[in-house]
Amino acid sequence: MGNVIGIGASPKRKEDQRFLTGRGNYVSDIKRPGMTAGVFVRSPHGHAVLRGIDRSAALAAPGVIAVLTGADAAADKLGSLPCGWGISDAKGVPMKEPPFPMLAQGKVRFVGDMVAFVIAETPEQANAAAELLKIDYEVLPSVVGVLEAFRPGAPQLFDDVPNNICCDWELGDKAAVESAFRKAAHVAKLSLVNNRLIGNPMEPRAAIAEYEPGTDRFTLWTTSQFPHVVRFLMGALVLNIPQHKLRVVAPDVGGGFGVKQFHYGEEAVITWAAKRVMRPIKWVASRSEGYVSDRHGRDHVTEAELALDETGKFLAFRVNTLANMGGYLSTFGPNIPTNLYGPLLGGVYTTPAIYCNVKVVFTNTVPVDAYRGAGRPEATFVLERIVDVAASEMGIDRVEIRRRNMIPKEAYPYQTPVLVQYDSGDPMGCLDGALVAADVKNFGVRKSASASKGKFRGLGYSTYVEACGLAPSRFAGRLGARGGLYESATVRVHPTGQVTVMIGTHNHGQGHETTFAQIVSEKLGVAFENVDIVFGDTDRVQFGMGTYGSRSLVVGGAALSKATDKVVAKGKKIAAHLLEAAEVDIQFKSGKFSVAGTDRAKTFEEIAGAAYVPHDYPLEVLEPGLEEQAYYDPVNFTYPGGCHIAEVEVDPETGTVTLVNYTAVDDVGTVINPMIVEGQLHGGIVQGVGQALFENAVYDESSGQLLSGSLMDYCMPRADHMPMMKVATHSTLCTHTPMGVKGCGEVGTIGSPAAVINAVVDALSHLGVTHVDMPATPNRIWRLLQNASLPVAAE
Amino acid sequence: MQISFTLNGRPTTVEVEPATLVAELLREQLSLTGTHIGCDTSQCGACVVHLDGLPVKSCTLLVPALDGATLLTIEGLQGAPGSNRMHPMQEAFREHHGLQCGFCTPGMLMTAVALATEKPDLTEADVRHGLEGNICRCTGYQNIVVSVMAGAAAMNAAKGE
Repeated sequence: MGNVIGIGASPKRKEDQRFLTGRGNYVSDIKRPGMTAGVFVRSPHGHAVLRGIDRSAALAAPGVIAVLTGADAAADKLGSLPCGWGISDAKGVPMKEPPFPMLAQGKVRFVGDMVAFVIAETPEQANAAAELLKIDYEVLPSVVGVLEAFRPGAPQLFDDVPNNICCDWELGDKAAVESAFRKAAHVAKLSLVNNRLIGNPMEPRAAIAEYEPGTDRFTLWTTSQFPHVVRFLMGALVLNIPQHKLRVVAPDVGGGFGVKQFHYGEEAVITWAAKRVMRPIKWVASRSEGYVSDRHGRDHVTEAELALDETGKFLAFRVNTLANMGGYLSTFGPNIPTNLYGPLLGGVYTTPAIYCNVKVVFTNTVPVDAYRGAGRPEATFVLERIVDVAASEMGIDRVEIRRRNMIPKEAYPYQTPVLVQYDSGDPMGCLDGALVAADVKNFGVRKSASASKGKFRGLGYSTYVEACGLAPSRFAGRLGARGGLYESATVRVHPTGQVTVMIGTHNHGQGHETTFAQIVSEKLGVAFENVDIVFGDTDRVQFGMGTYGSRSLVVGGAALSKATDKVVAKGKKIAAHLLEAAEVDIQFKSGKFSVAGTDRAKTFEEIAGAAYVPHDYPLEVLEPGLEEQAYYDPVNFTYPGGCHIAEVEVDPETGTVTLVNYTAVDDVGTVINPMIVEGQLHGGIVQGVGQALFENAVYDESSGQLLSGSLMDYCMPRADHMPMMKVATHSTLCTHTPMGVKGCGEVGTIGSPAAVINAVVDALSHLGVTHVDMPATPNRIWRLLQNASLPVAAE
Repeated sequence: MQISFTLNGRPTTVEVEPATLVAELLREQLSLTGTHIGCDTSQCGACVVHLDGLPVKSCTLLVPALDGATLLTIEGLQGAPGSNRMHPMQEAFREHHGLQCGFCTPGMLMTAVALATEKPDLTEADVRHGLEGNICRCTGYQNIVVSVMAGAAAMNAAKGE
């Protein structure tokens, strides 16, 4: 028998064996008998009227089984792709919500918008036939940038959405902010762009759909972070398939980062088509197809102002943002730049008054939705940048100005002026830890060493907080969520004492099979190896909202913890009967039920056996079996945060920024598996560094073409871009989750862009540089340096 | 056309269209799905295999190149011929948490084994430079670099035994 491996240990991951040996089971690995191949035909134009599609030549091509278009979908009365959040403006007027047809009808609104679906015996035949479609487009002018989109005379995407504005959203006390600005000793101002990103999980999206006429059931295998939500949205709202007739399976999924947490049109089209052709259909996106169809992230243009008193205390913060939604509203789209952005503008500071206006705007680009961090990196970037600007303008040290405004540990729970109440935290503790770990006191020595080589060295700080663990349902409902956001877990104890857990979150790299098994091992005293975690199949798992927003451990782990409590509670009843003792006298510890104060005990295995072979069992008062389910809906978000310190070296000859040191001290609450948490921090940080230094989705203004549409054009972080990072945790416990956990999936991506850019600006500050937009590419920095007056030698 | 080659130690003959890519042959015809396809521009490295001992991206190699050659894929990587034990590089990736979602992992491992074979005394800079053609979106590379160095050391130790 193996060992209990519980909370705080770092066992090697259960999931690794199959991945290391090439035996993972990703959607593109699956084959079904009689399987056909599907190819999506996508708009090559950013904006055009779709006048007609002649499919005769394509239908006559070898191997072609069917060609489906928006007209077929309309004839079958299929629904629009739903948006899960509805936001309103200050007067309570709901956002404009134009239909999002799964195959374009009447118009195409971005390069990549789906126009037709070709099904053939092989992918080669489907691709060849797709070339034969005659599509009559009347090309219209495109608009891709948010600033341009709501200018008078801009191309209009929808007839009933004037000026392309989906919603003019606001948050906070505008009058209080204006009054505070009038009293300010200093006002810092900053205009910035939060660059558009493409998530690029290494596994491209894919789907297989199959219809079984004998049972009238559909099965969809899809690269999804939330199969139950796909089943609900697609079955109930798009295709009108009853939930019990629709199985959605998300097997091994090769990374998500938000990109795979939406209900995509491809899923609906392929499922619908599988019944029409009565054959299984497989579609696997190419990487270039992913670039023009995976939902993009970020894309803000922002004007911010921070009011301070003469001592550098923040009095008020005012933010005006234009947020790009792309051509349609995606599943979470309008929620990201509003509800997940405005409420985080307080950061870790005591700013008493905050006002935020966000104009959510349609453009001829891929729909924009959540990407790792989702709204919170954008909020952190605005705030942490303007804090540096204010410090520099007022001649206050950047660490000192943060200290003067930080929420002290004792002030938690802390109510911000922007809805959220932080339950716990210690930003000062994280800052102090990071200053030591980053060896800030010797930075001057390192800067001089760089200068002697002709390089400019800079240091950047980001002290931040985020909100994660979506739910809570009640709060989210008030903000506009159209569904609940709880999580569920079932703990099935087998007659021999081993455990299978069915959980509604989805594991696509986070190590849930390991972390969740540790929780069960600890709570039930069963061996780590005797616990398996099942996820990603609506036929095997009761229900679930999936994995996004760092919610799996916070919400799913809590449901699991509650379910194990129920198992113990029932086990105590069985033990009381077998041991002829009162239930209140039964204790459960280290896998044993014992009568308090005696040596009479039953093992967990004995109780499990008794539950399934109830010959001696209180059948009058207790049902046989040992399987318990729990749903959990938290009372608040969790608020991880921390301090990140980046150190960069800029080569003035080439404009190249090299990240030379990176330190993060994060408060993620209780750490279940330190090895996995470190891995999450590493990965998150590098995605944030990618945004700061390399990544940028660029559209051509007039044609709406995506110019950065491949891994050749869109720069992803590589191994040689990074130094060895130092990451550590400085935890305060969440006061409302059962285990004190806060979530760790996104902190790295949220804290890092501001730290890196603050370091780049610091490196160039002696040249009068006050801001650098992301990504800080060699081209951008070199141009900045050409415009600055370069000193003969670096200082 | 008919092509004969050695696949993971076993003589293999296949009937295949000459315009087929090696990655497609492996995945579709031979059901060896451990070799992954993550891009269409030879950038990501998820499809790396060893052709006559050298790492190649199988998504840009046409099947005629296999004729008479020796091909090793992730499914054939093992501790010793015929053993059920994992290769020291695989063990190192598990030990040092050098993988998360697992999609880039087969290509990373094949590249890593080739790097360590070519240069037994790998430095951190060698590893980072050597992984230039393999993209990972999950790990931030740190634990991959640690894993490759540990795996290379274990390969050296095994050679010395």
